[in-house]
Amino acid sequence: MNFNKEFDASGMSCPLPIVKTKKALVDMESGQVLKVIATDCGALKDMQAFADQTGNTLLSTEESGGKYIFFMQKK
Amino acid sequence: MTTKKMAIIATKGTLDMAYPPFILASTAAALGYDVQIFFTFYGLQLLRRDLSSVMISPLANPAMPMPIPMPVMVQMLPGMESMATMMMKQKLKKHGVASLQELRDLCLEADVKFVACQMTVDLFEFDKSEFIKEVEYGGAASFFGFAGDTDICLFV
Repeated sequence: MNFNKEFDASGMSCPLPIVKTKKALVDMESGQVLKVIATDCGALKDMQAFADQTGNTLLSTEESGGKYIFFMQKK
Repeated sequence: MTTKKMAIIATKGTLDMAYPPFILASTAAALGYDVQIFFTFYGLQLLRRDLSSVMISPLANPAMPMPIPMPVMVQMLPGMESMATMMMKQKLKKHGVASLQELRDLCLEADVKFVACQMTVDLFEFDKSEFIKEVEYGGAASFFGFAGDTDICLFV
């Protein structure tokens, strides 16, 4: 999937992946896509919850080799 | 859509109990909430410029997992608190949990408002210069001024 920016949250625990995803989105434009890589399995539910509550769109979630990859489209 | 609001009262000053207010506040701010934390009694310790005095004690804390069973008589020995704190900090770091300092900075960066209870600041004779400069001072009535209008209100 195409993306405009990448944020690697590998090794970070709650709430850092969410708080820093929010920070990464700040300087992006509406419609742009942020790729987030995380190793915290709690991020699976949290990323969806973040998207639901902020109006950003979680385009997809992938899991590979113990890493979770999210594509978040900015509102 | 009106902005949601959350208020937290932080009353504890130990390392373990310092985390919930900062974790919840930084997350709520990331979700778009307008957040205020009211620090009172021992929670004031979390406003110190230097957070290194925030510690955890195994004493009277039977729920704290210990690497080896430790009788209370041993927990009372000098240095045990520092050791427990050091071990806890190592554990937090190993698991990728942010330091208190980092979480507090993230809160400030996200415009979480910190209010210190003026009465307890006076009670414990704190010098305001010991606290970070972002702190505002107020009493119970000023807390309700914000909390009365919140969606979530927590006491930690």
